[in-house]
Amino acid sequence: MSDIKIDAVLDITNEVCPMTFVKTKLKLETMELGQHLEVIICDGEPLRNVPRSLKEEGHKIVGTKKEGNRFHLIVERGS
Amino acid sequence: MNFTEEQINRYSRHIILPEVGGKGQEKISSGKVLIIGAGGLGAPAALYLGAAGVGTIGIADGDEVDLTNLQRQIIHHTPDVGRPKVVSAMEKINQINPDVKVVTYPTRVDSHNILEIMKGYDVVMDGTDNFAAKFLINDAAVMAGKPLVHGGILRFVGQVFTIVPGETACYRCVFLSPPPPDAVPTCKEAGVLGAIAGQIGILQATEVMKLLLGIGKPLKNRLLTYDALRSRWREIGLKKNPNCPVCGENPKIKSLIDYEQTVCELK
Repeated sequence: MSDIKIDAVLDITNEVCPMTFVKTKLKLETMELGQHLEVIICDGEPLRNVPRSLKEEGHKIVGTKKEGNRFHLIVERGS
Repeated sequence: MNFTEEQINRYSRHIILPEVGGKGQEKISSGKVLIIGAGGLGAPAALYLGAAGVGTIGIADGDEVDLTNLQRQIIHHTPDVGRPKVVSAMEKINQINPDVKVVTYPTRVDSHNILEIMKGYDVVMDGTDNFAAKFLINDAAVMAGKPLVHGGILRFVGQVFTIVPGETACYRCVFLSPPPPDAVPTCKEAGVLGAIAGQIGILQATEVMKLLLGIGKPLKNRLLTYDALRSRWREIGLKKNPNCPVCGENPKIKSLIDYEQTVCELK
C-alpha cells in the first residue's frame, strides 16, 4: 500500500449515509482514470456500504489500513 | 464542479445515480427548459423540473389562475386565484428551489412571438390544451430545431412523445392538421380527471430530464398513450413522414400559422 501514489485525500468521518458515498463519488469525478484517492472512513455502516457502492460504479479498492476505529481506503478511479 | 454543501445535499439522490452523478447534475443545473402552458401538464412538470434544479425554466402562459384550474393545476393554490399563472408558478418553483432562474412570459404564444420566446432554450415542453397551440409549437420547434416533448390529455386518457427535429416524427407527421374548431371538445367541455394531468405532465418532465442528461431512450418515434379507466399503457410506433408539410423533404409550411380556436377556448 505504501508504494501507491496518493493523488488526493478525503475525510468522510463526519458524514452519514448517503453523503459518505456522495462526497466520495464527487471527489472521484474530479480525478483522472487510474488516480488514487485515500478515503478516511468510519468502521461499521460506512465501511460496509461505501466500498460496495464504489465497486458498483467501476472503481477499485486497492488498499485498506486500520487506524483505531477509522479506516483508510485507497480507491483507484475507474471508468 | 462547484456545488455548495447545500446543493450536494439537495441533489444527493441524483448524484448517487450512476447515470447522473455530479457531471449529470451539472448538466441539469445548466439546462434551459421552456414550458409552454402553466396548466394541468405544465404545473407538475414545472414543480419536478424546479425541484431537480434545472438551471433556467421559462414559463409562457397568458392566463390568470381560475378556481376551476385548482382541481388539477397543482402549482397554483387557492390564494392564487386571479393572479397571473406565470407569477404563481414562478413563486412555487422558487419556494421549492431558489437555485432555479425562472423566466416568465405572461402571454399566449402566437406566430409572432413564439420563435423569439424559444430562443436560447435547450428543450421545449408543450403543456397547452388546444390544437392551435400544439401545431404552432410543433412547427416552431421544427423550424428552430428544438427538441420538443409533446403531451396531451382529455377525460381519462393522455398521450406523450418526444420530437427531435430532423431525426424523428414530428406532431404534424402524425396528425397532419388541426381538427376543425368544435370537432373535438376541450377539457372545459369534456372534463378531465385531474390526476391524468399529473401522470402525463410528469412523464413529460422525465423525458425532458433524459434529454438534458443525454441518457436512456427518449420517446422518439414512439407515442405512449395511457387510458386511466382501463389502467392500460400502449406504445404506438411512429415514422417520420417524408411528405410532412413542415419537416418533410419539400415542406409546404414555411411560416408559422395561427389557427382559429373555438370561442370557448378563447374566453
